[in-house]
Amino acid sequence: MPFQALLDSYLAVFIAAIIGFFLVATALIAARVLAPFSKEAGKSISYECGMLPIGSTRASIPIRYYLFAILFLIFDVEAVFLFPWAISFGHAGKAAFWEMVLFIGILGGGLGYAWKKGVLQWNK
Amino acid sequence: MTMLLSAPAIDMPGALASVLGLVAITLVMTVGVAYATWYERKIIARMQLRLGPTRVGPFGLLQPIADMLKLLVKEDLRPATADPIAFELAVFAIFIPSFLAFVAVPFTADWLISPLPLSLLYLLAISGLSFIGFLMAGWGSDNKYALLGGMRAAAQLISYEIPLILAMVGVVMVTASADVYQIILFQDRIPLIVWQPLGFIIFLTASIAEVERPPFDIPTGESEVAGGVFIEYSGIRWSMFQLSSYVNMYVFALLGAFVFLGGWEWPFGRDIGWGYQLLLTVSKMALFIFFYLWIRASFPRMRVDQLMSYAWKVLIPFALLQIFLNGLFIVYDAPGVVLAASSWAAAGGLMYLAFHVVRRGEPRKPLQMISVRATAVAARSAS
Repeated sequence: MPFQALLDSYLAVFIAAIIGFFLVATALIAARVLAPFSKEAGKSISYECGMLPIGSTRASIPIRYYLFAILFLIFDVEAVFLFPWAISFGHAGKAAFWEMVLFIGILGGGLGYAWKKGVLQWNK
Repeated sequence: MTMLLSAPAIDMPGALASVLGLVAITLVMTVGVAYATWYERKIIARMQLRLGPTRVGPFGLLQPIADMLKLLVKEDLRPATADPIAFELAVFAIFIPSFLAFVAVPFTADWLISPLPLSLLYLLAISGLSFIGFLMAGWGSDNKYALLGGMRAAAQLISYEIPLILAMVGVVMVTASADVYQIILFQDRIPLIVWQPLGFIIFLTASIAEVERPPFDIPTGESEVAGGVFIEYSGIRWSMFQLSSYVNMYVFALLGAFVFLGGWEWPFGRDIGWGYQLLLTVSKMALFIFFYLWIRASFPRMRVDQLMSYAWKVLIPFALLQIFLNGLFIVYDAPGVVLAASSWAAAGGLMYLAFHVVRRGEPRKPLQMISVRATAVAARSAS
């Protein structure tokens, strides 16, 4: 596909982003005009089911989220490699297939290792 | 390089057509989402032996309009300690990606906003972006529930993104194209669900998790995190979250209809005309949406550890298995029947495993059937 045609086809994405932005902005502006805004101090305390909030909200977060994010990153990058291969592997022959099996096998081994180490276990 | 420098000539008629098409989609989408809430309330009510909305208009048909007006004039609250930038921009960051997906959705053979060359990859990538908005909302709200909900939403969305993409890789291997339009054309005689039932089941499960609907609504579970990231949002901002959630549901329903059920092509879509094609698209999409509502009425919410285990220990290995089977049978030129049969067998294995794991839990006590009458008689004779 020539570059100009590619640019044209993605122009619509750019236009859609602008339209989506204006859609949300219009709704927010309409609400600002029509809806009452609270001036009361008590209403602007963050809601914790009726109790006054205790301590800072910026609490520490379990490390497990981070580990899942790393695993996600690995498999997402794998997916990026898989897509072009999946489109064309029919012409590329048996060697391309077994190479990809090796690649996925290494990642699958990594997943198995993470599994064995208990990374995938949410509650310890 | 010269091509890059001399490229800025924008195709004006094409841009105008895109603008008109997108505005039309916006209008249809807003009304469609409003009536999706009506449809959902009616369906859920029927499944729970209730009537659902009946008061406003005939069959409660004006209920969504009343709801919209109410949400528009509802008092707007924002916590004083909230991060104003993250709090306000989260609404945009969640809505815009779900809206962007419509650019690459071919409703009929001729009606498509823009022919993107890798539209399947584009749809998957765009639909995965909304977790940034959830994180922004969770962090910006300055609320413990919201933060927990945002983290859970991000963990769930990224975990189920992987099986979703891997199931689609299996489809791409069969059709040898990552363009949704080409994938639909591939299914002129047999829809892909026949070739890839395992991929279909993985896609269906992961798509419910991606739109955060029950039983995968852990990030917004009322009984656990009191609404999650929505807790500090009220009025129009909250309704923007709901809007994008329903738009996401539409997008995944359309994606499933196009990729697995044959979209506007199967059966006989090309021979009859655009009206019939639109009917096919919409009815297949409605089928998916009905399934999502049915699931919501039938299943209790999963626990967060069950959710993560199901994605990483069951769906991802099975999706990799599907890719391996597809590759093996395509490279060694096996007949299509073998490919389909292997996928059906693996799908059966997945269903059995899911059933087995769900049943394994705690040892179940045998139910004791005690008749009320016998208990009453025993109580009377005891006293």
